[in-house]
Amino acid sequence: MEIADLPIATSHRANLLAAGYSSLAALSAASPPRLARDLSIEVHEAEEILKVAVGANKSKGADGPSTSSVLKGVQNAWDMLSDEQSRRHINTGSADLNNILGGGIHCKEVTEIGGVPGVGKTQLGIQLAINVQIPVEYGGLGGKAVYIDTEGSFMVERVYQIAEGCISDILEYFPHCHDKAPAGQEKLKPESFLADIYYFRICSYTEQIAVINYLEKFLGEHKDVRIVIIDSVTFHFRQDFDDMALRTRVLSGLSLKLMKLSKAYNLAVVLLNQVTTKFTEGSFQLTLALGDSWSHSCTNRLILYWNGNERYGFLDKSPSLPVASAPYAVTVKGVRDAVNSNSKRVRVM
Amino acid sequence: MANKLVSEMRLPPHLAHILAARRLTTAKDVLSLPEVELMGVLDAGIHTARAAVAHVSEIACPPYQTALALLEAFRARGDGRLATTLRGLDEALHGGIPAGKLTEVVGPSGIGKTQFCLKLALLATLPECYGGLNGRVLYIDTESKFSSRRMIEIGEKSFPQIFRQEGLAQKMAGRILVLRPTSLSEFTKSLEQMKVTLLQHDVKLLVVDSMAALMSSEIEKSATGLRQHPLRWALSFLKSIAEFSQIPVVVTNQVRSQSNDDGYRYSFEVEKKYDSNNAEGFESHLVAALGIQWAHAVTIRLVFEAHSGHRYIKVAKSPMTPAVAFPFTVESSGIILLSDEGIDVPSPEITSIRCQGENVLAQ
Repeated sequence: MEIADLPIATSHRANLLAAGYSSLAALSAASPPRLARDLSIEVHEAEEILKVAVGANKSKGADGPSTSSVLKGVQNAWDMLSDEQSRRHINTGSADLNNILGGGIHCKEVTEIGGVPGVGKTQLGIQLAINVQIPVEYGGLGGKAVYIDTEGSFMVERVYQIAEGCISDILEYFPHCHDKAPAGQEKLKPESFLADIYYFRICSYTEQIAVINYLEKFLGEHKDVRIVIIDSVTFHFRQDFDDMALRTRVLSGLSLKLMKLSKAYNLAVVLLNQVTTKFTEGSFQLTLALGDSWSHSCTNRLILYWNGNERYGFLDKSPSLPVASAPYAVTVKGVRDAVNSNSKRVRVM
Repeated sequence: MANKLVSEMRLPPHLAHILAARRLTTAKDVLSLPEVELMGVLDAGIHTARAAVAHVSEIACPPYQTALALLEAFRARGDGRLATTLRGLDEALHGGIPAGKLTEVVGPSGIGKTQFCLKLALLATLPECYGGLNGRVLYIDTESKFSSRRMIEIGEKSFPQIFRQEGLAQKMAGRILVLRPTSLSEFTKSLEQMKVTLLQHDVKLLVVDSMAALMSSEIEKSATGLRQHPLRWALSFLKSIAEFSQIPVVVTNQVRSQSNDDGYRYSFEVEKKYDSNNAEGFESHLVAALGIQWAHAVTIRLVFEAHSGHRYIKVAKSPMTPAVAFPFTVESSGIILLSDEGIDVPSPEITSIRCQGENVLAQ
C-alpha cells in the first residue's frame, strides 16, 4: 500500500504527495505538528492521518515487531481444518440434496440457489428458514432466520404449512418427544417457528443495499440468527438499475459484506437468483442472472432445474464438493425427497 | 425509503453537513455508490464514509416483522382472495386469486382469457354474501376487448337472482372503471396516479388485459437493447400496488412461437432425445410472451391452452399448488369447468402452451 491507497480524504492525499511525502516510511516518521504545518491542517487531523499511515506501514511489514501481531486475524491452516470439521449444516428437507451439499447448507458460507420460474426456489428458501429452527435435541441448529423478500413471494400461509410439515416429521422420527419438558413441547408449534423468522419486505434496490448494510447491527441485537435468505437478490437490480458498470461495483460490495457477515456471526447466507438467457457457442443457454462477475461472489452454487418429470438440484460450484445432481420434490409438507428416488430413504431429520 | 431525504434523517451534525455540502440529498444517492467512490465524493476518510453509510442504511431499511406477525395480520384481515366460482380452480388456489400478488393469465388469442377476466371483474363487485369483494374494479383494457354487454350477459346467466332485481345490473356495472391507454407511457402515467385512486375509490381488483399489447407497440419505437426497460418499471410498480393495497392484480399475457422445440437448457444439461411431434401434427407449441424475466415476477401463472379436442386452464406456477389442469368451455354464463378434478401435468409441459391452431377459432 502506498500513500495513494490510504483510506484518507482525497484532498489530503494530493497535498501529501505535493508536500513531498512519497512513501509510507517517510510519512510515518513525521511528527504531527510538522505534518500539520506542511499540509496547512489542524494538528488533530494530522494525528489521524499519521495513525492510519503507521498502521498501513506496519501491515506492510517494514517495522513489524513480530509476525503474529502484524497479521491481525490470521488463522493457520490446521486450526481452519478443525473449524471446518465442526461447522454446522442446515438441513434442506431432502436427504439427496443434503448429500450433494455435503450435509446441507453450510454456515459461514454464501450459497446461491438459482433456477427457472416455478422450479421451487422460494419453497426451498422457506424450508431453510424453518429447518434452521429445528431444536438442537432433534438434530437441528435451534437458530433463527432473517428472510429478505424482494419479490413479494413470501406467502405466510405457505410458511405455516411448511412449519406444520416439519413438525409432523419431527414427531414421526422422534415418537417419544411428548415426554419432553413443557419448554420443548412449546417449541414444536408452527407459531413458534413463524415467530423466529424476521421478515423484511424490500421494495427497491436502495432498500436492499440498506438492509444488507444494517444487518450487522441487526444481528448484533438479535442473537442466534443462523441463516439470512435473500429472495431474490436479483429482482430490483434487474428491474431498476440501468448503469451496468455501477451495478456490478455495488453488487461486489454487497457480496463482500455478506461474506463477512456469514463468518462473523457464524451463519449461512442463501441468495436466490433468477435465470436469464445467454448466447454462447451459437445458441441460447440458460444461465443465472446478474452476470459472470456476480458468480464469483458465492462460495457454493446450486441450480434447480427440471429433468424430465422431476425436480433436480445441480451443484454447479463448490470449493470442496464434487459437481453432482440430485432429485427432490416439493410436497404439501415442503421440500422432500422425490418419491421414486433411487437412493435409500434416510431420516429427514 | 429510497427517496427519503438525508436532511430528515437526524444524522449526527457533521455527517449531515458533509452530505449536504456534496449534494447527496436522498438515501438512494448515498447508498448507490460503492464505499471507495463515496469516500471520493465526500472527500473524507473511510471511517466517515462508513459512518454515513451505516446511519443512512439503518434509517432507510424498512422495519422487519416476524412471520408470525404477518400471519396474524393475514388472519385478521381475511385472505382477500377473489373466488373464481370455478370450484376445482378455487380449490387448487386455496380459495381463489390471492390478494397482494400478481396473477398472470396467458394463452393464445381467442381461447378465453378475456372471458375469464370479465367474470373476475364482475365477481369482485358482488356483495360478500355472494362470494364477491364488494368493491370497485379498475380494468385496464389495452386491446379494446372489454365488453359491457358481454359482462352483463355473464352476470345475468350466472346470478339471475341478483341481476334481475331492479337497478342492480347498473349498480354492479357502475363499479367497474375502464381505462384504455393507447401507449406504454400513458399506461405508466396512469399507474403513477393509481395508488391514490385505489384508496379513494375502494378498488378491490385491478385487471390489465393485456400487458403484452403495450410491449408490442413499444418495441417498434425503441432500439432492441432497450426493449425490456419500460416494462421493468411497470412490473415493479404493479407488484407494489398489489401489496400496498392488498388487492388481487390480474395481468394477461399473449403467446409467441417457441423458437426451439427443446426450449432453453443449462450448459450442463445433456441433449434430450428428439421426440417426434408427428403424433401431434396439428398442435403447435407456444411460450408466454414477455420472457423469463417477467415469468419470475408473477406469483401465479394460469395457462389457457387447447389440445386433444379440449380447452384447459392449467395452474402452471403457484407456491401453494402443484401443476394441475382443468378442462373448460365457454358458455353464455362465462367459463365453466367440465371437471373439478384436476389433471396432473407432467413437468416438461408446465411451461409450454399447446394450441390446436384453427380449431380453437372455429369453435
